[in-house]
Amino acid sequence: MSANNDTISKTITVTVLLCVVCSVIVSAAAVLLKPQQIANKELDRKTNILAAAGLMDSSKSVDELFSQITTKVVDLETGKFTDAVDAATFDARKASKDPALSSKLDRKDDIASIKRQAKYQTVYLVESEGELEKVILPVHGYGLWSTLYGFLALEGDLNTVVGLGFYSHAETPGLGGEVDNPLWKSQWPGKKVYADGAMEPLLGLIKGKVNPDAANAAHQIDGLSGATLTSDGVSRMVKFWMGENGYAPFLTNLKAGGV
Amino acid sequence: MSETRDILTGPIVKNNPIALQILGVCSALAVTTNMNTAFVMTLAVISVTAFSNMFVSMIRNHIPSSIRIICQMVIIASLVIVVDQILKAVAYDVSKQLSVFVGLIITNCIVMGRAEAFAMKNPPGISFMDGIGNGLGYGAVLMFVAFFRELFGSGSLFGIEILPLVTNGGWYQANGMMLLPPSAFFIIGGFIWIIRAYDKKQVEAPEFIMAPNSKKGAV
Repeated sequence: MSANNDTISKTITVTVLLCVVCSVIVSAAAVLLKPQQIANKELDRKTNILAAAGLMDSSKSVDELFSQITTKVVDLETGKFTDAVDAATFDARKASKDPALSSKLDRKDDIASIKRQAKYQTVYLVESEGELEKVILPVHGYGLWSTLYGFLALEGDLNTVVGLGFYSHAETPGLGGEVDNPLWKSQWPGKKVYADGAMEPLLGLIKGKVNPDAANAAHQIDGLSGATLTSDGVSRMVKFWMGENGYAPFLTNLKAGGV
Repeated sequence: MSETRDILTGPIVKNNPIALQILGVCSALAVTTNMNTAFVMTLAVISVTAFSNMFVSMIRNHIPSSIRIICQMVIIASLVIVVDQILKAVAYDVSKQLSVFVGLIITNCIVMGRAEAFAMKNPPGISFMDGIGNGLGYGAVLMFVAFFRELFGSGSLFGIEILPLVTNGGWYQANGMMLLPPSAFFIIGGFIWIIRAYDKKQVEAPEFIMAPNSKKGAV
């Protein structure tokens, strides 16, 4: 290290050169790898949707499986499909931060603690021969440490659960993180969200194990042991999204055939 | 050649960055809940330490001493971003699990410690080796800790079931504490103990000797 390294001009030259070289490298990496990263995110999202709907089949490619799914955007307030935004590119997570596309939730309505809610939500429909088979609804809500993002899939009767899956959360591994446990998730299929004829969501987690003989067993899921707050969070998330501020208007319309 | 080998293998046991230098413990707690993430983290740290050492060493004669730490940080930060971008592109699932911890390699004391202590004084080739060696030393501890945490915490290794869990219909009741960060402290402590039992030179001289609490005559 010679002494002339410490002159002001040398210091500035070195700094500028170093910054330019590094920023070129960083931006090149970001730009070159972008398409691959977007493809990965897409694949991940599709895989999660298929997994929640129980449509995963390792013999076929994800894209092939996804081709049976129709993507639509729903206006949550009216409960009808909308063309206001493009279904292929709409991102509800991003929209919930945009004042033009979202609204702040009232404290008392915001049982899932999500603070802001997008006006529109992307929903995924599986149809065969004109009959609605499954509908897959994106849901999210706050657990203990993090917001859990996932999909809840319903049968064509819009009441029976097909499956629930989370694709992003940061709950305690081994406790709240057990929301990813396949054995726990296997309880969801067949459960009913609503009582017959009503649109008041009943489905939720209870403390301890569900007694199969209980009157409400069809609306109950085992709580996660050691994870009361995550369990409550999941319950509230289901209540919120299946309720009046969530998909209830849409599901009512869909049942009546008026979307 | 033996010098190169010493530089490469020395940091694994003899001069382990975590066990002897007690650097980089923070991320060792966070990413060791399973072998998979620990392994990818190891690769990421090895490449960052190796290349940052190499680049710092390449320009060591031109870095003004007044801003040398900032220069090192710029190089390290750029490399970490590149590694993070590559992970997101080729190993998306693992990068999701590692989340912020890849970014936090920037603050990993091992990387900057080696740049400052070794790369500033040595030519690029040997600095590169030193980076790989220290990355391996870090990785060895990570894998050691992750082995126990995943085996006893989730009953599996690299995601393959070894001990069937009660929750999956097996017999093994998972040890939940193994999945929480404090368990890594115990395991790292155990690791340091084992190394120092085998290599007595690493045992530090006590900084003070506890005085007896009463005089001999008083008893």
